[in-house]
Amino acid sequence: MEQFSSYLLVVAIMSYLVAMICHAAAFAAGGRAATTRRAARPARELVLAGGAPAPGGRVHAAKPPVESGGLSAPGPSRSSRLAGRVAVAALVFAAAVHLGVLVTRGIAADRMPWGNMYEFVLVVTFVGAAGWLVVLHRWPAVRPLGLFVALVELSLLGVAGMVLYTPIVPLVPALNSYWFVIHVSTVAFSSGVLLLGSVPAAMQLMRAGYEQGRRSFPYTLARRAPSAATLERLTFGLTAFAFPIFTFAVIAGAIWAESAWGRPWGWDPKETWAFISWVVYAGYLHARATPSVKRNVVAWIALLGFATMLMNLFGVNIFFVGLHSYAGVK
Amino acid sequence: MTAVDDRTAPPVPPERRANPALAMIRNSWRQLTSMRTALVLLFLLAIAAIPGSVLPQRSVSAEDVAGYFAAHPTLAPVLDRLGAFDVFASFWFSAIYLLLFVSLVGCILPRLRDHVRAVRAAPPAAPRRLDRLPQHALIADAGTAELSAVADLLRRRRWRVSVRGEAVAAEKGYLKEAGNLLFHLALIAMLVGVGLGSWYGWHGNRLLIAGKDSGFCDTLEQYAESGLGPRVDPADLPPFCLQLTDFRATYLESGQPESFGATVTVDEAGRAPRSADFSVNAPLRLDGASVHLLGHGYAPVIRYTDRAGRTQTTVAPFLSQDEMLTSEGVAAFPDVNADPKSGKPDPDLQVAFQGLYLPTAPDSPPYVRSQHPAEEAPALMLFAYRGNLGMEAGIPGSVFELDQRQIRTGRLKPVGDKLLRPGEKWRLDDSTTVEFLGTRPYIRLSVRHDPGSGIMLASAGFLVTGLMLSLTGRRRRVWFRLVPQPGGVAPTDGSSLMEAGGLPRTDYPGFADEFRGLVAAATGQAGAQEGTD
Repeated sequence: MEQFSSYLLVVAIMSYLVAMICHAAAFAAGGRAATTRRAARPARELVLAGGAPAPGGRVHAAKPPVESGGLSAPGPSRSSRLAGRVAVAALVFAAAVHLGVLVTRGIAADRMPWGNMYEFVLVVTFVGAAGWLVVLHRWPAVRPLGLFVALVELSLLGVAGMVLYTPIVPLVPALNSYWFVIHVSTVAFSSGVLLLGSVPAAMQLMRAGYEQGRRSFPYTLARRAPSAATLERLTFGLTAFAFPIFTFAVIAGAIWAESAWGRPWGWDPKETWAFISWVVYAGYLHARATPSVKRNVVAWIALLGFATMLMNLFGVNIFFVGLHSYAGVK
Repeated sequence: MTAVDDRTAPPVPPERRANPALAMIRNSWRQLTSMRTALVLLFLLAIAAIPGSVLPQRSVSAEDVAGYFAAHPTLAPVLDRLGAFDVFASFWFSAIYLLLFVSLVGCILPRLRDHVRAVRAAPPAAPRRLDRLPQHALIADAGTAELSAVADLLRRRRWRVSVRGEAVAAEKGYLKEAGNLLFHLALIAMLVGVGLGSWYGWHGNRLLIAGKDSGFCDTLEQYAESGLGPRVDPADLPPFCLQLTDFRATYLESGQPESFGATVTVDEAGRAPRSADFSVNAPLRLDGASVHLLGHGYAPVIRYTDRAGRTQTTVAPFLSQDEMLTSEGVAAFPDVNADPKSGKPDPDLQVAFQGLYLPTAPDSPPYVRSQHPAEEAPALMLFAYRGNLGMEAGIPGSVFELDQRQIRTGRLKPVGDKLLRPGEKWRLDDSTTVEFLGTRPYIRLSVRHDPGSGIMLASAGFLVTGLMLSLTGRRRRVWFRLVPQPGGVAPTDGSSLMEAGGLPRTDYPGFADEFRGLVAAATGQAGAQEGTD
């Protein structure tokens, strides 16, 4: 079963690769057709509703949205749409296989599949992929961003499989507690959603430059992206959804630390970087609420938060030794 | 004659120059409590925490700090002066978070006052031009809809309603601001909890070897390492005594630990002695302190028979060097080989053994690393030394190491080494014998008391609640107004024209749907309205 889990991981990585290639094909093939279906649809379909968890989910644009495609092609071609559909199907398949990797690993280990760094990265990336599919389902216009989601998934899973892989071992006694389920699962879930939130933030920066007329390399990637304002709302929605869960996860960790190590907060490297990430995302929320801060700066803060989460996930486990040394990586 | 508008300019009051000092204070305060300053301080806080993770910290691991000093002899003292090894207690980190909290308090208190005022005030009156609002609907032929019915409907849906003459005003979503305020106040409460804990809290660490003669009582002197908060007096430590009766550890074949469990006899003041179990995630909670299991190891029992035939037994805890519990330590016998007639010990005939204990020794030499943490094939490698141990000089040293200076200067000479299995005896060159009797387990424990942790927990709960309310709450207002019929005819025939308007105070994309639903419910039937967005 453990071997089967590793094989499934290879299948998942390949599927993400296929999804990424199809997204790239959709991006490349789009824009050569004469059909202007997009233009014919009412404007509201191009605009997202942000602010999850909004129960309504219907569109309400404060200002008319920038036509996706803008100054260049009027709409996607048929082959581009086909490639896009295949890409989404590949993503769904990849996410399902990814879930299978986790489930088989958990069955083989007879415990929740997040006991060391390899498994933790698997969980976080799965949450990112599943979260992306939820976002895609509710707001189909963000499909072009799937290219970058697939790319991120691919890279992280590749690192996990090649560098972080460890065979299954039971939990060390320090992890043998019900807090293991509560703290690690909420950290993984909120990390996954926060990481997912960095994709629209990056796209927002590229799109904002594109809308200002820049046509050099990174900005042209945003040619077919939704407007910067809607990307900004998507970023905020994902971050605002995950931030309270992340706060709860850190607090749960502190409660566990009090019973395991005797002190709720000891400035262990992982605790310190969790604090840094929390402060940066709090800064993001404050910056977004301050009108005098430019929206581009707000997006950069979200990306900075992403960087601190990566540092917390990889850097702390590999470079620093502390009480959190359950990575299994020597 | 035309009326001349003869208005003179109102009298200009004499110019008053503002007090520059007061103005500066007021402006500085405004700057400090502004959002931009809060943002800058937040990022400074995040940046200031980075050296606390990159450099070793005294509160986390004092040995790593000492190692850093050894590795960077010129840089380390400079960093130490800057507080780099104690970042989170340093003056600059404290300055940043204290400024941040001052900014927070200065911003939150006026907002609290404004929010209380807003909650107590009635929802504002309807604007004259409802069709200028983001949501607007004209309800023609509203049927039996009446303002009071509309007001009741809104009240049922938990809106705050006020009826003024011809218009109903309703507001909802106060919890958003309330949640925001709760979150920020909870942060302050958290800080108070942290402060309480550091002032009135204490901790003490030590080894506890199994056995009746190795118990300890909770007094300051009995801890190997301790820290008391500034307001804690050593007499405040709760009086209890612990004795380790049993320690169980199970391991996998690979050597990875599977479970730990310690059984102690607890003797608390005012209660009968009782036995208690505790383990890594289940600390022993006593009255006024809690005992946490941090680690464990082995303490070999060594018996030495000196030249006069007197025996001494010592239980020496050895420190674990790796995951397989390869342990090193010293068994010292400073009082042996005393002159049988005068009873005075000879300072140059002291004996000590530097030892390497392997719970599972390999089958063949070299015997340097244990292969498994459990005692499957225990072996103790002893290096005997005789001479002056250097304990009389009063210079503090480690109990796990011999004084290297004495060895280097030849005052303490090595006199042989041997590998002993449990029960074996070794006869030294001067016919004295040393015997390895076996081992006793020891645990490393931490006894702690943190009076602020309850406050921290409660404020953490309020923090998360406030955060969720603040991020999901939506403030919005709706108004319903009876529109007077043209010509001033009162609507007496049962048909009335009502106008409705809605304003979301925050970014709320679902408001259109909610407004439509309200209007439909107010008319009591769908399709009797024409709506524009």
